[in-house]
Amino acid sequence: MKAAGLILSNIHDRNIPELTAKRTMASVPFGGRYRLIDFPLSNMVNSGITKVGIVTHDNYRSLIDHIGTGKDWDLARRNGGIILLPPFITAFDSPKANKLYTTRLEALMGVMEFITSCSEDVIVLSDSDVVCNMDLRDVIKQHEDTGADVTVVVREKDMNEAERKATNSIVISDGDGNIKEFIENNAAVSGKCDVSMNIVVITRTFLVTLLNTSIAHGLKGFYSQALPFLFGQAVYKTYRYDGHCAEIGDLCKYFSANMQLLKDATRDELFSNKERPILTKVRNTPPTQYGENAKVSNSLIADGCVIDGTVENCILFRGVHIKKGAVVKNSILLQDSWVGENAGLNCVISDKNVFVRDGVNLCGHETMPFYIAKGKMI
Amino acid sequence: MFKKKECVAMLLAGGQGSRLYALTQNVAKPAVPFGGKYRIIDFPLSNCTNSGIDTVGVLTQYQPLVLNDYIGNGLPWDLDRTFGGVKILPPYQGKDSADWYKGTANAIYQNMQFIDQYDADYVLILSGDHIYKMDYAKMLEYHKKNNADCTIAVIDVPIEEASRFGIMSVNEDDSIFKFSEKPKNPDSTLASMGIYIFNKKTLFDYLTADAKDPGSANDFGKNIIPNMLNAKERMFAYRFEGYWKDVGTLSSLWEANMDLLGEKPVFSLDDEKWRMFTRHGARSPQYIGEGAKIKNSIVSEGCKIYGTVENSVLFGDVTVMPGAVVKDSVVLNGCYISAGANVNYAILDSNVKIGAGVVLGGDKTVAPDVTVIGAGTVIADGEKIEAGSMIPDVR
Repeated sequence: MKAAGLILSNIHDRNIPELTAKRTMASVPFGGRYRLIDFPLSNMVNSGITKVGIVTHDNYRSLIDHIGTGKDWDLARRNGGIILLPPFITAFDSPKANKLYTTRLEALMGVMEFITSCSEDVIVLSDSDVVCNMDLRDVIKQHEDTGADVTVVVREKDMNEAERKATNSIVISDGDGNIKEFIENNAAVSGKCDVSMNIVVITRTFLVTLLNTSIAHGLKGFYSQALPFLFGQAVYKTYRYDGHCAEIGDLCKYFSANMQLLKDATRDELFSNKERPILTKVRNTPPTQYGENAKVSNSLIADGCVIDGTVENCILFRGVHIKKGAVVKNSILLQDSWVGENAGLNCVISDKNVFVRDGVNLCGHETMPFYIAKGKMI
Repeated sequence: MFKKKECVAMLLAGGQGSRLYALTQNVAKPAVPFGGKYRIIDFPLSNCTNSGIDTVGVLTQYQPLVLNDYIGNGLPWDLDRTFGGVKILPPYQGKDSADWYKGTANAIYQNMQFIDQYDADYVLILSGDHIYKMDYAKMLEYHKKNNADCTIAVIDVPIEEASRFGIMSVNEDDSIFKFSEKPKNPDSTLASMGIYIFNKKTLFDYLTADAKDPGSANDFGKNIIPNMLNAKERMFAYRFEGYWKDVGTLSSLWEANMDLLGEKPVFSLDDEKWRMFTRHGARSPQYIGEGAKIKNSIVSEGCKIYGTVENSVLFGDVTVMPGAVVKDSVVLNGCYISAGANVNYAILDSNVKIGAGVVLGGDKTVAPDVTVIGAGTVIADGEKIEAGSMIPDVR
């Protein structure tokens, strides 16, 4: 079965309003040198998908900058490649907001033209809030073998109170993986549940039918209304994923998802598969320089850093400077952050180009990391 | 579609680099890795891009596979231009003759058509042997201002080292009146850097005449430059000040890597104004484990460090296991240093595996020479490798 990809770049922007103030969820930096979209995009490319539409909503300047021509993912192509799908809107539309989609279903309706122009058998939908290295060929194969119209990738999650607040839709299925129900309001559930990873394989012709039906009946929600509307007439299956997966539900989860990369097993699974590398934009930075006074332990460090202080349990993005005597622990420092002499940081997330002056001490907690906005000087 | 290029660069990249022994068994010298993520050829190529020269012919001959693959369409250096850009120029079979490049001048002679294709006024000749940052545009300005036929970049060297170089003797206005190749008693300290700018027409005249001379070595230094001097052409020396290092020997290659270290390194790669471009891989960031000690070193993407690294340059995907010590060394892509091994004053080529507890090399203050291990070599657990040795020994 031939597949085309469709990535929704903005749909989870509200999960971490701090980091998405001036960017999309898809272009939120992650893991030292990546952006969240690198994971769905690499998964698609590594699964042989060479046509990927990216649906944008607003704030997508950083996303365009990151994607460029798509060359870094081998998607700069005459046939297919990356196709950016921004909304149709003009400055004279009033009120403007009515033209911008508010739900997943509306987002898909807005790119009907792309979907109908494809000739591929299936469309792989993916959001940008899940970090995993998945072989989508397995999902597509199961979709074909079971004759499904829709296959939703799920993972099992133990629902405690904290988890319930910031989690994706829950999928109820029978023993054969036939989906019976989608639960959007998670307040009532407890115990072990299948949670949608928002990676969905849909037969393309079925998707067109689904969207046309939704338009005809004025439906708004994808999981809550559109899919249930055709229960009984179509085959909905789950695909259970057991590999490493981090869902970025809020700032705290963003923090812990990054920190999980300090475990050998997580890094090995995400980054060490030679057949399925996570690809990203090349920034052309020199190697990282360690000075006479550098003390670094249990940290993930991108190229282009200059380190002469103490760094423990940290994720440092490209071009971070840690000056002599500075002590940085349990923190995530985004691209080109600068930590002055004898400064101290603990449980801090600093956005791009943050400057921490000499001797400044800042401390958050792992359940509430201290966030410093882009370009701030402290 | 045609656009004239004022200046076309020709990069001589066919050299074998025989004095790098084990490191150039399978690659040409310009493809030898340098500085954690670069290859030597990145330096002239990046200089071209930074100088606004967007048309570069790369002349290959010896072991070109790695080089061809590396340069590709030139994208990393912004040299994937629709008109111009980087072009690989291997020897080819012509209508009347087919020949290897017999010398540096012959290589250019065989590719005069390439230069003509761009209707160039000037030809910049470069080599892939040196580490330096240089603005060729300034040199071209100087060449034009002097109304010169040929301009040769020179660097002031200490008088005791002058006999290793091609030495230029100049008048007050820096016009050249004498050139002596490796003179025993040098009368000047201006050494040729092997970087020339020629007026195209003059160059073509001399190349054509040289090609007809059966006694010629077809070499710029031995034939073209002396012939032009004898004919009293306008030739000027362009004085370059700054870092310039020939990395033609194992010890100079090691030294040049060490020049990148320190708080204010002798030569810095971290220069926003003169960026060095290279072809990057899709590697994850480096991971520094608990118990790791890294001091005065540069480390690249994909490395996993659990041991001690001091005064060293580590390329991508290098693993240093707990208890291992790497000191004063250059470690290329994909090397694996097992637990408890000790690597001291060495160059490890790519994908070398050092077994547990191996003692390799010796302290640089007493070792006779840098220890060199060829690509893919496996050193068994517990072995001792004498300081100054080479594996495989191809000296």
